[in-house]
Amino acid sequence: MNKTLLIARREFLSRVQKKTFLLTTILVPLIIMLFYAMMIYFSVKGENNVKVAVLDKANVFNGAVKSDKDIVFEFVQTDTATLRKEVETGKYNGFVYVPENYATSQDQQLIYRSGKALGLMTKGKIEGTLNKALEERRLMSLNISQSTLDSIQKKTDISFTTLSGTDESAKAGVSYGVGFISGFLIYIILFIYGTMVMRGVMEEKVNRIAEVIVSSVKPFQLMMGKIIGIGSVGLLQFIIWIVLVGGLQFLLPIFFPGLAEQMHSQPVQPASMQAAEAIKHASQDSGFMAGLAQINFPLIIGCFIFYFLGGYLLYSSLFAAVGSSVNEDPQDAQSLMLPITMPIIFSIVIMTKAVNDPTSGLAVFGSIFPFTSPVVMMARLAHGIPEGVTWAQLLISMALLIVTFLGTTWLAGKIYRTGILMYGKKPTWKELIKWALR
Amino acid sequence: MPLLELQNLKKYYATQKAVDDISFTIEQGSIFGLLGPNGAGKTTLLRMITGIFFPDDGTITFDGQPFNPLRDIQKIGYMPEERGLYKKMKIGEQALYLAQLKGLSRDEAMTKVKWWFQRLQMESWWNKKVEDLSKGMSQKLQFVTTVLHEPKLIILDEPFSGLDPVNANLIKDEIFGLSQRGSTIIFSTHRMEQVEEICDHIVLVNLGKKILDGTVQQVKHTYKQNLFRLTFSNRLLPEHLAIHLFDVKRHGEKELTIQLNPDYSNNDVLQYFISKDLQIESFNEIFPSLNEIFIRLVEGTHSTTRTFQAVEQ
Repeated sequence: MNKTLLIARREFLSRVQKKTFLLTTILVPLIIMLFYAMMIYFSVKGENNVKVAVLDKANVFNGAVKSDKDIVFEFVQTDTATLRKEVETGKYNGFVYVPENYATSQDQQLIYRSGKALGLMTKGKIEGTLNKALEERRLMSLNISQSTLDSIQKKTDISFTTLSGTDESAKAGVSYGVGFISGFLIYIILFIYGTMVMRGVMEEKVNRIAEVIVSSVKPFQLMMGKIIGIGSVGLLQFIIWIVLVGGLQFLLPIFFPGLAEQMHSQPVQPASMQAAEAIKHASQDSGFMAGLAQINFPLIIGCFIFYFLGGYLLYSSLFAAVGSSVNEDPQDAQSLMLPITMPIIFSIVIMTKAVNDPTSGLAVFGSIFPFTSPVVMMARLAHGIPEGVTWAQLLISMALLIVTFLGTTWLAGKIYRTGILMYGKKPTWKELIKWALR
Repeated sequence: MPLLELQNLKKYYATQKAVDDISFTIEQGSIFGLLGPNGAGKTTLLRMITGIFFPDDGTITFDGQPFNPLRDIQKIGYMPEERGLYKKMKIGEQALYLAQLKGLSRDEAMTKVKWWFQRLQMESWWNKKVEDLSKGMSQKLQFVTTVLHEPKLIILDEPFSGLDPVNANLIKDEIFGLSQRGSTIIFSTHRMEQVEEICDHIVLVNLGKKILDGTVQQVKHTYKQNLFRLTFSNRLLPEHLAIHLFDVKRHGEKELTIQLNPDYSNNDVLQYFISKDLQIESFNEIFPSLNEIFIRLVEGTHSTTRTFQAVEQ
């Protein structure tokens, strides 16, 4: 068997056969999803049962401020001193005092006093509710009915299309999502598997196994074997995730048949209801499914695999070179890693621009420059060919990526073969360049 | 026919002439000792022989042909001084893997590994991991993985360090066995008593240069100091010793250590004592131990505190 493949096989098996592999492969996405779900839940969820007393001396609210499940407005007829006491004792969470001379037409401040500081969401809600009530009062005083207002505020639908006639508006949102997700995935892959290669190389160097191995195979074979092996682990992991996500969508309704109805029937939190409605609205409005159908998935998936492999090969060889030149100290690795991680982080910055404006100069540059192209090109590709990216640009970008990864692998191999047997102090950049060019 | 021939080998680092013009030959089937103090350039030399480093200058001839790392590396087994094994890998798998890297097929490797494991009573280790082994045990494993593919040339850097006397003897016997089966062995160490016991031929390097080359006997003859030890059955008298033939180094009642005056021969000494009517029980020349030669040659060269030097290339 070819020695590079032999090494790749060991790297692959030693990782896949570990008990932790399946565990992390399945658990990590679950944990990430749970984490995001929690984050969204907590950010949307306000404080419960905030009781607000309204001392309306001017009678601007007319006793009618809508309460909801979270915030209850209660109109009282006392004075501020008693209210202060009642807030202190905990009967109310806070109170709003409207002075007698308050007029809706003037720019006057209202003051809300509370026992303890309020959350941002709650503040916004109280402000919104009171302003809404005030607005209604103002409209009433001007004799404008709600229906008149609605007819004034009516929105005109603008349909965005390109000259070639494809329905842009239907696609834009979906393209944005697909582009962002695939770009971000590649970004994560580069980081996770790049550092995995680096740690593997460092481990071999620290264990001193490297010298034994390079007396049997060429250092370049050892490096490539490691890169290929770990790359296969990455591919396998992705396949498992894709199968898992597909399977979950299929299995969830079977295990929890009532889930869908429950979600609809339950009186959910108003805020999340709003969000759900917004999504529903958006999907009806811009044709979410229609947009999805317009994305060229074979192209996206094909290119995703190409840029995943190209980007991984480009960066992992550089990570291997760094791993080979440092010793036990992880801090040395940190400082040498910086010039490698910079372009990856930079590419995510360009990518966020490129998903919005796929044909801007920066996006075009980012998608052709090989150190950023794996991430940025995915964002442009989601907008389709030729709206997001031309065939010519795509081919140039791919060719450049191939040439560059061959180049970096070659240079990294030279650093690697010197570094892997060097012990002692951390090499300087000048020395690394010397090794590479020798 | 020599198995390995080095000619004017050079390897310079930025601040060191690690190997500076070294030539020697190693005969097929011999056990060759590469000696030298720490930092003398032994490891660099070995790394060039194993194809890990390219020499800056000079040629290596392996088995009659110019050394080609890609091809010849399969015929070499190298055990570096710093041992290295995958800590988390099972021992049987590890031995198989390293054998396959040396070009054996999986089946061949399996047969060889089983044979060696049985021979050195290591079968029960198969499913253990290296991190479970003691230092001596992993040393044994390292030795097995080095010689598994029956290489023509076996290079052992300090093979006995960390081994108890029983295991050291076990490995020593294996080394002799491999040598008898036709392998050539390079043995790098600074433990001189082992060298005297094992090696046929030695080379001493210091400060990147070869300072000694020859068989153990030749070297001892070269560095002998004409010291002799005599024992007698009757008592020595002080007047016996005042003679220009030799200087007395040490003497007891019935024994004597002398340094012979180079102008005279052994027979002159014997004749002199016989003429004095002394009964000679034994007469032996004292050869210096390799240890003494080593110390004499290396001491004073500041090799142990080798200074950094600028290298003009």
